[in-house]
Amino acid sequence: MSTTTAAAPRRTAPALPPKASAPRRTAWTPTLLLLLGAVYCLVPVVWVVTAATKSRQELFTTFTYAPGTGFWDNLTELSSYRGGVYWQWMANSALYAGAGALLSAAVSGLTGYALAKYRFRGRSTVFNVLLAGVLMPPITLAVPQYLLMSKAGLADSYWSVLLPSILSPYGIYLSRIYAEAAIPDEVVEAARVDGAREWRLFRSVALPMMVPGLVTVFLFQFVAIWNNFLLPYIMLGDDHKFPVTVGLYSLLQQGANEPALYTLVITGALLSILPLIALFLGMQRYWRVDLLSGAVKS
Amino acid sequence: MASPPPPRRALRRRGSLAPYGFLGPATLLFTLFFALPIGFAVYLSLRATRVKGLGLGSHARTEVWAGLSNYTSALADSELLAGSGRVLLYGALLVPTMLGAALFFALLLDVPRVRFGAFSRLVIFLPYAVPGIVASTLWGFLYLPQVSPGYYLLTRAGMSGPDLLHGGGLYLAMANIAVWGGTGFNMIVIYTSLRALPAELYEAARLDGCSELQVALRIKIPMVAPSLVLTFFFSMIATLQVFAEPMTLKPLTNSMSSTWSPLMKVYRDAFVQGNIYSAAATSVVIAAATLLLSFGFLKLVNKRANGGS
Repeated sequence: MSTTTAAAPRRTAPALPPKASAPRRTAWTPTLLLLLGAVYCLVPVVWVVTAATKSRQELFTTFTYAPGTGFWDNLTELSSYRGGVYWQWMANSALYAGAGALLSAAVSGLTGYALAKYRFRGRSTVFNVLLAGVLMPPITLAVPQYLLMSKAGLADSYWSVLLPSILSPYGIYLSRIYAEAAIPDEVVEAARVDGAREWRLFRSVALPMMVPGLVTVFLFQFVAIWNNFLLPYIMLGDDHKFPVTVGLYSLLQQGANEPALYTLVITGALLSILPLIALFLGMQRYWRVDLLSGAVKS
Repeated sequence: MASPPPPRRALRRRGSLAPYGFLGPATLLFTLFFALPIGFAVYLSLRATRVKGLGLGSHARTEVWAGLSNYTSALADSELLAGSGRVLLYGALLVPTMLGAALFFALLLDVPRVRFGAFSRLVIFLPYAVPGIVASTLWGFLYLPQVSPGYYLLTRAGMSGPDLLHGGGLYLAMANIAVWGGTGFNMIVIYTSLRALPAELYEAARLDGCSELQVALRIKIPMVAPSLVLTFFFSMIATLQVFAEPMTLKPLTNSMSSTWSPLMKVYRDAFVQGNIYSAAATSVVIAAATLLLSFGFLKLVNKRANGGS
C-alpha cells in the first residue's frame, strides 16, 4: 500500500495547500513530547550537578534536587584524595582515548581506502573477517589478551590498554563507506597517469578527501575508549594507570564500606563527564552518524 | 613527483601489490589482538590443571589435556544458564523499549513545524557521551530511597515507594539505565535515514489527505526498516555483552549476584576463582552463541528482504 503511494508519479504542489494557515502553526504535541524526552535525559545530569554541591551530611538528608553547601570541600577533598590520583585517572583517560583514537583513525583510513579503491584477491574475505571482530564478546578477547600480555610482560602497563584499542572494525567499516563515496575513481586514475606512486597517491590525494570521515572515526573511537571499562579493568592492577571509569568504579566499591566516599564518587562522576560533553558540543558538526546507516551523500 | 609515467605493465603490477601493503597494519593488529587471543582461548578451554600429591610446592600443579570436559561442565552449569536467562529477560525489556522510543522521537523530530527540535535532539543524544559506569552510578543513587525524588514525593503522600534495587525491580532499574544511554544514539541513526528520504514521497500522500500519523505508519516506518534492522542488530549484541552496568550497581545493592550476567561469571571464574580453563570454555561458548544468534538474525532478515520484494 505504501509502496504504491511512494511510487506514484511526482506531482507539483499547488500554490495553496487546502488549509492556508496550517504551515505557520507550531506542532505542539510533538514539540511537548520531545521536550519530555529531553527532560528524562536530563534527570540524572541535573542531579549530579546538584548532588556534587552537597556535603556528606546533606547527601542523604536534603531533597534530591536541592543544592547544598559543600561543593568546594568536595572538590578539594577529591583533588587531595590519595595524592591527587583522580587527576591522574583523568590524564590517563585522555591519553588512552586520544592516542588510541588517533592511531585507530589512521589504521582505519588506510584499511578502508584499500578495501574501497582496489580490486584484489581476498578483498571480501579480509573485510568480513575484520567485521566479525565486532561480534566477538569483549570478554572472549580480554581474558586471553590479558594472559598473552602477561606472557609478554606487558600486563598492567599503558600498552596493555592502548594496543588492543587501536583496531576498530567499526572504524574500518565507516572509512570504507566514506572512501567509496568521497574519492572518485577518476581522480585516482588521473593521479596514477600523472605518475604518482600508490603511497603518495594515498597521502596527498585520497587522505585529504577522507578527512571528514576520519574525524568521525576519531570521535566515535575516542568516546568508545574513554567509556570502556572491561579492558582496563582486566588489564590493570596499579591504580595510577587506571582510566577514570575504572578509578571511579574502585572508589564506588570502597564507598560501599565507607559511605563518606560517596560525595567524592559523585563529584568525580560530574567532573569526568564534563570533557566528553565539551568535546561532544564543540564538535557537533563533525558527527557524521549517517555513515552508520551507510548513507553518505558527499 | 616529476617522474615520467611508467610503462603500463609496471603500473599494473605496482597497483596490485599496494593494497596488501595498506592492509598490513590492520592485519598485524588483528592477528595479535583478535586471532591469537581467540586461538589461545580455544586452546585453554581444552586444558585443565591437575594437582599432584598434596598440592604443595610449585610443581604440584601441572597443566594437562582435558578434552571437552570444560565444555560439558560449562554447558551444564546452572549459573551460566540462569545468567543467560536474566540477560535475555533484560534484553526483552530493553531492546523493544529503547528502539521504540528511538523511532518515536525520530518521527517526532521529522514532523514539520516542530519547535526546539535541535535542542531536544542534542539533549536526547547527550547520554551517549556518558560512560556506562557513570550512568549506572548516577541512576544507582537515584534509585536509593534516601535520594530518589519519586520516593520522596510518594512518602510525603503517605505511600511507600517501589524498591528498584531488589527483586524484579532490578530488571527495570537496569533496563532504564540502558534505555537512557542508548535511545539518543539510535534515534539519530533512524532520524538521519528519515532525512535521507525524498520529501516528495509524503507530499503526495499529504495532498491525498493522509494525516501525519498515517504518513508515519505507512510510508516513513517501512522506508526506514533497514535502519531499524541495523539498530536492532547492534542493540542485541550490546545487550549480550552487558558487564559494566551490573558491576556498578553491585556495590549499591546486595541482590546483584557476582554472576548476574554470563560475562560477570567468566570474569569471576578467571580472576576471582583463578580457573582460567573453565572461564575460557565459557567464553568460547558465549562467543559461539553470539555468532550463531547474529548469523541466524542476518539470515532471517535477508530471507524477509528477498521474499518481501
